[in-house]
Amino acid sequence: MGFFKSFGGKSNSKNVAKERLQLLLVHDRADVSPKFLETIKEEILNVISNYADIDEDGLNVEITKEKKNNDTYVPALHANIPIKKMKHGVR
Amino acid sequence: MMSEVIVITSGKGGVGKTTTTANIGTCLSMKGYKTVLVDTDIGLRNLDVVLGLENRIVYDLVDVVEKQCRLKQALIKDKRYDGLCLLPAAQTRDKTAVSPDQMRKLTDDLRQEFDYILIDCPAGIEQGFKNAIAGADRALIVTTPEVSAVRDADRIIGLLEASEIENQMLIINRIKMDMVKRGDMMNIEDIMDILAIDLLGVIPDDENIVISTNKGEPIVTDEKSLAGQSYRNLTERLIGEDVPLINLDTNNGFFGRLKNLFRIASSR
Repeated sequence: MGFFKSFGGKSNSKNVAKERLQLLLVHDRADVSPKFLETIKEEILNVISNYADIDEDGLNVEITKEKKNNDTYVPALHANIPIKKMKHGVR
Repeated sequence: MMSEVIVITSGKGGVGKTTTTANIGTCLSMKGYKTVLVDTDIGLRNLDVVLGLENRIVYDLVDVVEKQCRLKQALIKDKRYDGLCLLPAAQTRDKTAVSPDQMRKLTDDLRQEFDYILIDCPAGIEQGFKNAIAGADRALIVTTPEVSAVRDADRIIGLLEASEIENQMLIINRIKMDMVKRGDMMNIEDIMDILAIDLLGVIPDDENIVISTNKGEPIVTDEKSLAGQSYRNLTERLIGEDVPLINLDTNNGFFGRLKNLFRIASSR
């Protein structure tokens, strides 16, 4: 991480600040309230339930961050959907 | 020329919005533009104090909006700078005393008389902010090189975009070059990487700002101050002139100064 980029005894608190800010802003910019995540979770549940039985307790939806090639972070929606069994006869 | 309504905002408090408004305004009037400064920080007014006009307030923004007086009666003409006027905020009300629609009507009225209308926005993102941006054509976002300020500036940028104020420029205030060189303060590039909007200017931290506020004389009138020079350059860029950023590196010592001379001479 950026902590080890220093040389010649130079302080690096500004690099720490910059990294913290970049991570912080990924979350701030994703503009996601808990209510919004709940809504997405419910709708994902509804759609997937047409095709499979889902373990609702294990269903987890969250906003995380992914690192891109140029060292910036972007928000990513991660949904963990444990499937108990697939439904048959569904087109 | 078409009048321009410019809101000076930041999100974070205490980063220099009022000082910036006062100085850009004073500088514009010194260049011959008819300029009005509007303090929208109702309840916590400060633009009057920074300009040294606190003893001249009779009517204020709320009086105008509630039609207790005519706009002309509330406008304070600065006797030192021809063409500069202040519309002060009310001190005994709060930000719910005015609505965005009323602000739009006010700025429309001010456009009839002034070339530049600078709106000093209060800290925060609530009613005060919404009022301040209501009539604005463009925004200047002030930040300091600190985590909290940059974070808040980012939020403000998002809110401005959502309100369709797309012409946004950044002012980085209170930069301390010695800390930047030690690696203890983010530099201009760091902040530009994060906020990614156009840069209008950079103002160095300068003790003379405190002195100028003590006296009620905007620092742009101080020929010797680096901050004053930066504000003057910034204002020139605002009106479309191409002025390179000052080299704020105050390298002491003979070779340092020699290097600086060459750097300034050869910089664009």
